Amino acid sequence: MGEDIGLWGVPLAIIGGAIRVSTPFLFVSLGECLTERSGRINLGLEGTLVFGAMSAYAIAYETGSPWLGVLAAMIAGTIFGLLHGWICSLPKVNDIAIGIALMLFGMGLAFFFGKSFIQPVAPDLPAISFGFWSDYPQVQAALKVNILFLIGIAASLGLWWMLRNTKIGLRIRVVGDSTDAARAMGLRPNVVKLLSTAAGGAFAGVGGAYLSLYYPGSWNEGISSGQGLMAVALVIFARWNPIYCFWAALLFGGAGALGPALQSVGVTQGYYLFYAAPYVLTLVVMIFTSSAAKTMTGAPAELSITK
Amino acid sequence: MSIQNKTSRRNLLKSTVGLAGLATMSSILPVNRAFAADLTVGFIYVGAKDDYGYNQAHAEGAAAVKAIEGVTVVEEENVPEDVSVQKTMESMINFDSASLIFPTSFGYFDPHILTMAKKYPDVRFEHAGGMWQADKHPMNVGSYFGYIGMGQYLNGIAAGHATKTKKIGFVAAKPIPQVLLNINSFLLGARAVDPTITCQVIFTGEWSLAVKEAEATNALADQGADVITCHVDGPKVVMETAAGRGAFVCGYHANQSSLAPDKYLTGAEWNWAKVYTDMVNTMKDGGTIDNFIRGGLKEGFIKMSPLGPAVPEAGRKQFEETQAEILKGGFAAIKGPLNDNKGNVIATAGQSFVETDVALESMNYLVEGVIGSTN
Repeated sequence: MGEDIGLWGVPLAIIGGAIRVSTPFLFVSLGECLTERSGRINLGLEGTLVFGAMSAYAIAYETGSPWLGVLAAMIAGTIFGLLHGWICSLPKVNDIAIGIALMLFGMGLAFFFGKSFIQPVAPDLPAISFGFWSDYPQVQAALKVNILFLIGIAASLGLWWMLRNTKIGLRIRVVGDSTDAARAMGLRPNVVKLLSTAAGGAFAGVGGAYLSLYYPGSWNEGISSGQGLMAVALVIFARWNPIYCFWAALLFGGAGALGPALQSVGVTQGYYLFYAAPYVLTLVVMIFTSSAAKTMTGAPAELSITK
Repeated sequence: MSIQNKTSRRNLLKSTVGLAGLATMSSILPVNRAFAADLTVGFIYVGAKDDYGYNQAHAEGAAAVKAIEGVTVVEEENVPEDVSVQKTMESMINFDSASLIFPTSFGYFDPHILTMAKKYPDVRFEHAGGMWQADKHPMNVGSYFGYIGMGQYLNGIAAGHATKTKKIGFVAAKPIPQVLLNINSFLLGARAVDPTITCQVIFTGEWSLAVKEAEATNALADQGADVITCHVDGPKVVMETAAGRGAFVCGYHANQSSLAPDKYLTGAEWNWAKVYTDMVNTMKDGGTIDNFIRGGLKEGFIKMSPLGPAVPEAGRKQFEETQAEILKGGFAAIKGPLNDNKGNVIATAGQSFVETDVALESMNYLVEGVIGSTN
C-alpha cells in the first residue's frame, strides 16, 4: 500500500479486471464455441458453471488440493455435457429447451449439494506474479495472473488450430455445417455432437472452478450472477472463433471493472450506467459488425438459430 | 377431442367429490389456526443461512427461537424479493399455521408484506428495517431494527487507529438510509481519532454480487485504502479479498474474524437472538408486540466482535471508552458542526442527532470526508 496512483487506477483496474474477471467467460465461451461448431447449442452452461464452482470448492475443501477441485469440476462438466448431448441425440428433441432445463437442474443441484460448503474456506489456486518489475503494489496486484488464465490462452490457441488444421476439427466442422455431408462421409453426427458437447461442458466446469477457487474465491449461491449465460452470447459476438472468444472475454472482464474503478477515483455519479458498460459495449459492437448483405459470418449452418 | 371430453367429464365428477371431501375434512380436523395449541414462527431469508452475513445473523436468531418450548420454527432460504416471497408467506400461513412471520429482507416489505398483511389480518408480520409507518401501513405489521450505525462508529475508531494511509474504504450495496448511516458513522468514528481521514465508498448496486464486490474491494485497495469494511449481504468475499491485498478489515452483520484472523480489527454484529426470543415470548404469553421496536448496544440488539490483534493499545482504550459511552444511551455520532460532502449543512454547532432519532432513518446524504455519491 502507500503510493497514490490517482487516475492511473482506472486503466490499471481495467487491465487487472480483464485478467481477473475474464477467465470464466473465456472457458465457458470456448466450451460453447466447440459445441456450437458441431451444430448444437448448449444453453445449460450456466448451470454447468455453477455446479463446477460448487464441486471444485467442495472437493478442494475436502482434499486440501485445489487442482483436484478443478479436476472434479471438469468431470462434473463432462457429465452435464454428456447428458445434454445424449438427450439431444434422441429424435425430435430441441437443444435449446434441454439447455434451459439443464441450466436450472445444474443450479438446483449445486445449491442442494453446496449448502454445507458456504461457510468453510477452501484453498485457492496459485497465481504467478508478473508485476515483480514494478514498485507499485497496485501494479503487482493487477498483474497477478492465475494459471487457469494462462491455460485458457493456450486452450483458445489450441482450439483455433485444432478446428482449422486437424482431422478432428474438420469432422466437427462438417457435422456443424451439414449433417447430410457428414453422413455421406461416413461420420456419425450424433457421436461427434455428443463428444463436442461433453468437451464443452468440461470447459465450463473449469470456468466454474476459477470462480470458486480463485476469484472471487468462495462458494455461494450468487457466485456466477449470469456469467455463464453471457459467455454463451459471447460466442456469437466472437463469430465462433476461439481467438476472438479470448478477446471478447477480456473486453467483458475489463468493462466490468470500469464501474468500481471510476467510483474509486471519484467519478461517483451514475454508477448504474457504468455497470451496464459490458452490455452497451456488446450492443455497439454488434451494430457496427452486423451487415445486411452477409448475415452471420462463421455461423455453423446446422445451428438451430441459423437454420 | 372426443376422448378428452369423456375423461374430463369423469374427472370433473371425481374432483367435485374430492373437493367436497376435503372441505368436510378440514371442518372436522383442527387445522384451523385458531385451534393450534403451539406457536409457529416463520423465518424467510433472501440468501443462504450460513453466508457469514445478513442471513446468518437472522438465522442465528431463529435458532434461538427454536429453543423456546412450545414454539415451532419454519424457515425458507433463497427467497427472491418478488412474488415468490408472497407464495412462501402464504404457504407458511396455510400449511404450517404460522401466526408470526419474519420476512427478513429489506425488499420484502413493499408490496409483498403489505399485500399479505391485508389478506391475513390475524397473522403478525415483523420486518427488519425502518419501513413501517403507523399512518400508512396495517397494524399487524411491525418494524424492528438496531442502531448498528453505532457499531460502524466503533469500527471506525478501530480503523482510525489502524490506518497508515489515512484513507479507509467502504463497499456498499445500495444507497438506502441504513447503508448511508453506516458509511457516515464509519468515517465519523475514524475522524474521532484523526480528523484528516477520508473514506472512499463504492456502491455495487446489489445486495449480493460476489464478483463486483471483489472488484470494488480491489479498486479501494488500488486507491490506497488500508482499512475496508462493507454493507452487503455476505461480507465473506470483501473480507477475504481485502485481507489478500494486505488491508485491515472491519466486519459487519456477523463475526468474520475466522476469515482473516490477523487483519480483522473488530466488527458490528447483530444480536437477533435476544430480539427474536423477546418478541416470540411476548406473543406466546398472549401479549402484543410493539409495532416499532428499536434498540442498540445498550438494549443488546447489536454487539461488537472482540478486538483483533492488530488494534494498537491506544485504539483499544478509545474503543472501550467510546463503547462505555454508547452503552449509557443517548450517544450521537452525527453532531454539529457538520456538512455533507456537497457542502450543505447537516447540523449546526451544538445540534446533534442521537442514535434513537427517527430522522436518521431517512438519511439521504454522505458527510464531508466521504468520497462518493448517493445517486
